[in-house]
Amino acid sequence: MAERGHDSASYAAASDIEEMELVHPKTFIGKYIWSQDAKVIAIQYAITATAIGLVALVLSILIRLQLGFPNAFSLVDPSNYLQYVTMHGMIMVVYLLTALLLGGFGNYLIPLMCGARDMVFPYLNMLSYWFYLASVLILVASFFVPGGPSGGGWTLYPPQVISQGTPGVDGGILLMLVSLSVFIIGFTMGGLNYVVTVLQARTRGMTLMRLPLTVWGIFMATVMALLAFPALLVAVLMTICDLLLGTSFFMPEMQTLGEQSSHEGGSPLLFQHLFWFFGHPEVYIVALPAFGIVSDLLATHARKNIFGYRMMVWAIIIIGVLSFIVWAHHMFVSGMNPYFGFLFATTTLIIAVPTAIKVYNWVLTLWRGNIHLSVPMLFAIGFLFTFVNGGLSGLFLGNVTVDVPLSDTYFVVGHFHMVMAVAPILVIFGAIYHWYPKVTGRMLDDRLGKVHFWVTFLGTYVIYFPMHFMGFAGVPRRYYAYGETAFIPDSVVTMNSVITVAAIIVSLAQVLFLFNLAWSYFRGRESGPNPWQATTLEWQTEHTPPRHGNFGDELPVVHRWAYDYSVPGAERDFIPQTVPHEGEERR
Amino acid sequence: MIISLVFLSLLMALFGGWLFSHSINVRPWEVPGGALGERPAAVTAPRVGLAVFLAVATSLFALTISAYMMRMEMGADWRSLPTPGLLWFNTALLVLGSLALQRAWGAARHGRRGELGIGLIAGGACSIAFVLGQGLVWWQLEAAGHYLAANPANAFFYLLTALHGLHLLGGLVVWARTLFRFRGGATPERLCGSVELCALYWHYLLVVWGILFMLVLST
Amino acid sequence: MAIAIAVIVLALGSVLFFFLSPWKLTPLASNWGTIDDTIHVTIWVTGAVFVAVNLFLAFAIIRYRYHKQRRSHYDPENKRLEAWLAGLTTIGIAALLAPGLLVWGAFVSVPEDAHEVEVVGQQWHWSYRFPGEDGRFGAVQTRLIGPDNPFGLVGDAAGRDDVLIQSPRLVLPVDRPVKMVLRSKDVLHNFQVANFRAKMDMVPGQVTYFWLTPTETGEFEVSCAELCGIAHFAMRGRVDVVEPAAFDDWLAEQPTHAELAAREPGDPEAGEAHFASCAACHGSEGQGNPDQNAPRLAGLEPWYLERQLELFRAGARGTHEDDTFGQQMRPFATQLPDRQAIADLAAYLQTLPDEPVEASLSGDAKRGARLYRTCGSCHGAEGQGIRATNAPRLAGMHDWYLARQLRHFREGIRGRHPQDLYGHQMVDMAQVLVDDRAVDDVVAHINTLAGSGEE
Repeated sequence: MAERGHDSASYAAASDIEEMELVHPKTFIGKYIWSQDAKVIAIQYAITATAIGLVALVLSILIRLQLGFPNAFSLVDPSNYLQYVTMHGMIMVVYLLTALLLGGFGNYLIPLMCGARDMVFPYLNMLSYWFYLASVLILVASFFVPGGPSGGGWTLYPPQVISQGTPGVDGGILLMLVSLSVFIIGFTMGGLNYVVTVLQARTRGMTLMRLPLTVWGIFMATVMALLAFPALLVAVLMTICDLLLGTSFFMPEMQTLGEQSSHEGGSPLLFQHLFWFFGHPEVYIVALPAFGIVSDLLATHARKNIFGYRMMVWAIIIIGVLSFIVWAHHMFVSGMNPYFGFLFATTTLIIAVPTAIKVYNWVLTLWRGNIHLSVPMLFAIGFLFTFVNGGLSGLFLGNVTVDVPLSDTYFVVGHFHMVMAVAPILVIFGAIYHWYPKVTGRMLDDRLGKVHFWVTFLGTYVIYFPMHFMGFAGVPRRYYAYGETAFIPDSVVTMNSVITVAAIIVSLAQVLFLFNLAWSYFRGRESGPNPWQATTLEWQTEHTPPRHGNFGDELPVVHRWAYDYSVPGAERDFIPQTVPHEGEERR
Repeated sequence: MIISLVFLSLLMALFGGWLFSHSINVRPWEVPGGALGERPAAVTAPRVGLAVFLAVATSLFALTISAYMMRMEMGADWRSLPTPGLLWFNTALLVLGSLALQRAWGAARHGRRGELGIGLIAGGACSIAFVLGQGLVWWQLEAAGHYLAANPANAFFYLLTALHGLHLLGGLVVWARTLFRFRGGATPERLCGSVELCALYWHYLLVVWGILFMLVLST
Repeated sequence: MAIAIAVIVLALGSVLFFFLSPWKLTPLASNWGTIDDTIHVTIWVTGAVFVAVNLFLAFAIIRYRYHKQRRSHYDPENKRLEAWLAGLTTIGIAALLAPGLLVWGAFVSVPEDAHEVEVVGQQWHWSYRFPGEDGRFGAVQTRLIGPDNPFGLVGDAAGRDDVLIQSPRLVLPVDRPVKMVLRSKDVLHNFQVANFRAKMDMVPGQVTYFWLTPTETGEFEVSCAELCGIAHFAMRGRVDVVEPAAFDDWLAEQPTHAELAAREPGDPEAGEAHFASCAACHGSEGQGNPDQNAPRLAGLEPWYLERQLELFRAGARGTHEDDTFGQQMRPFATQLPDRQAIADLAAYLQTLPDEPVEASLSGDAKRGARLYRTCGSCHGAEGQGIRATNAPRLAGMHDWYLARQLRHFREGIRGRHPQDLYGHQMVDMAQVLVDDRAVDDVVAHINTLAGSGEE
């Protein structure tokens, strides 16, 4: 054993790293359509997710137009409103955020950052994308069936989601359920890949504790998704049975609009338990990759090692594990046994501790750093601010008594958009500005990027911060219009108009961003292999953009952790992971 | 949810413990010292892949069983299903299938081509017979008036057997591919990996079936 | 630098916004001041952390902004600092959680002297039931629910004296703890009165509850806080909290199940006598007369006719200054002596022939069909009217009358009166029609519908 190291079992000797057999297709279709290259699959995921995300963005504008200027347009009637709310929520949570963070960033970054040639099961990886695409198309198809898409809310609560009086019960809901099933099957194929790649395909010297936090975040999120999505799958399959086969898993005996239903004895709460058993981990499935990525953005652009790396890894793990035992905090006023409230409020607030530690460590990473206010750094700081806000408002909703008056008000809308929409999206933007040079070989335009950041950051704050206060005032969510409600002051109506205008401006800024992506692809400044002077393996590839197989003839060998920035005594302010320690022989 | 939680905590405890052993006293920013071990040769990507997939499948079954228990508790309308005798016969088929594949795996390891072929074909045949047998059970129940929608106990029985059957069908696809390669003249050594995955997967599905069957019997 | 300033301005601005925003908790009207206290504790603790973390963040950005000469410090970790921060956070979290759990303990233990009210939710309407003198609710079954038995009572002894309130207005006595027992006929709902703080979902197939003590008299708005379908936003009700004596009087006036069951059905022959004065305007066959601005009455459901006549009589309709024709109707309605007379009249109107009427408006029926989707969820796809949703028949009625009423609802001329508990819903729903053209279009579509009364 010539190698020196400190991490026993997971260190592979050179002879153990089998060179993968990669399929190198020659045709355009083989290379870019039916591709088995994780990087191409990542781009496919990203483009599809962005496309469907834009649909959700347009829906949100329609929703906002109705709320901001009720009775001014006849674009949206109450059915449409609920359908748009439902589709907006479902698309954003599952088809955009989950797919983009795991399918997009996961596919691109895991093999590169672990020092692997590709995912371990490339064929499965390709299938995963095509399942995802199919699920998106099925979902989109629901806009075109009679009755339109489902309007039961993204939470899909039975009985309403499949009973009369809710829009989209004729076909929309079935397509939504089928689409979710397909998505889950596809995701499982991809998820297996991400997990096994991290476990098995790390290059020599890449011990667990040398992995960049991005990989840790995506890895843990994938583990959680693999275990949590089955809950959604079970719930979805059972709902399909209730809908098509007349079973009564969730459907109780009821009279809808004067008609007696044929169901009997089912439990709507059972669905809610299953849904949130998936739904709460889902929040962290989106958050953990963002946590990981933002850690690397902060470290790289502050030229400083991440503070408390080990604590950060363990916080990711602990948050992931705890997030499986807090689900019922979404159900404090659902009519479940009220004594569960004690348990779930406690577990929920415990999660705040590791989360807070992460925030401290991010801020402490900046402390005594040398902060480049590059666009990725701006987005990372924007994330910190937004996440602190959204995390703290979570302490209201997680604490059972405080939740009672606030649940189903705009406070909830403000909270989850801050913490689950804006915060991860800011990270995603920062990550795109950060890794775009590696993907394309060109830099994104800086000035456009700054405009994009400022409009997005400030705009979203204007949109979501006041919503918390509307929630205090008791303004209920998922209302098509407020009419003349005694406890809702006129100022809320005015604020709604302001929010709508802000939402439109923020959306326009995203168009600017898309333009930047397209323009820079052809005209952007050439970036060179490592424009940010980062340490991790993806910046040390032989080619930029990396070719199929990622690295050159030899896989890189890792000699140090991912955060050797500004090492005292070193010549430059960063040392790539592939550089041996002094006195350590280069292999 | 207790069952799902127990499963998850076991899994997480394993995972956490493994991670802990890899991170305790590791200070990644320091110049490493000490000897390096190797990743155990037995831990190959397909095996890890199978293990992860089995964890996912277990999550699915555990959650369905949790739902089963909760629905039983929450509704007052649960009427147990009579257990068709055919289920015992099917169970025996699945046991035989599992044993045959275990045989095949052993044969593949030792390069005994003939025995491998017999094991593979017998294992697959038993499994196909099992799936057909389950279909027959459905038919019998329908004929006896135990319709899917009549009672949650029935609905869960159909759902659980369907889920299990689908998993087995998925396994049969891999089995068919292996058999195809065998017929194409692949050596036992080359097939060993696939046969091993099939055998392990079959054992897993046998255990799951055992649990599901006991659940149906006991409630 | 701009980002540091932005962080400071946003952090401090948020605090300022908290003090200056016009949106506070609604005025408290129940015993749940303790819930407000936990909210305030949480606001102060989280607010302090919010400001502290963000100001430190901004300070770090300013202090350690990029400088060519500087190099970052290399500090991988600091166990002491991390332990301290984790410890302090844990204490802070415990300080938030402890009061929360204590109050939750009170929330889940209903006082023994609490009286009970059952709230029944359905798409998109509230109704209420009091247990009556015996203090026990009668058993109910969903399958028994029907026009004659809206609560689905099985008819046991405990149910005979249950007081049934079918309108969405509930009266509660001040300063008496009350256990709200919640039930749903169809989908999930949530009974929320913002001023009471407490709320809970209603789940079909099971009974849920929460409790409170109203501490302030006054009128409070009930809204549904669980998405329950198309008209979720219009599922409103009212709780009037009054002095105990006034409550007792009100409760005594409300019918019990036995009383309702014993009510004489309307007698068409007696009703014919009352109809004489109606016939002058509405026509001898109740066919209506556009020249007199009198709409058709034949073919309308008796429960709808009864309700509207009661509203006219009570001054809840036809009293708005802009409702000229409604004002003309009032004196005739007040001539009807009592509830029985109204029931008789309504019963007589059922015997009149259901003749088609002529269309008088020209709207775009195609465009109207799209608008009608919203209406159809309560009034039925064929405009036939649905008893369960309190929605009368529309098809076959005079289009000029429908159009006028829709405009009145839209402008709040009809349906705004506090006594008109069902009209409120139409005021909300009529907002879907953004202009007169939309009204004409939807009415043009209704002209094409074939629904005729309840099937």
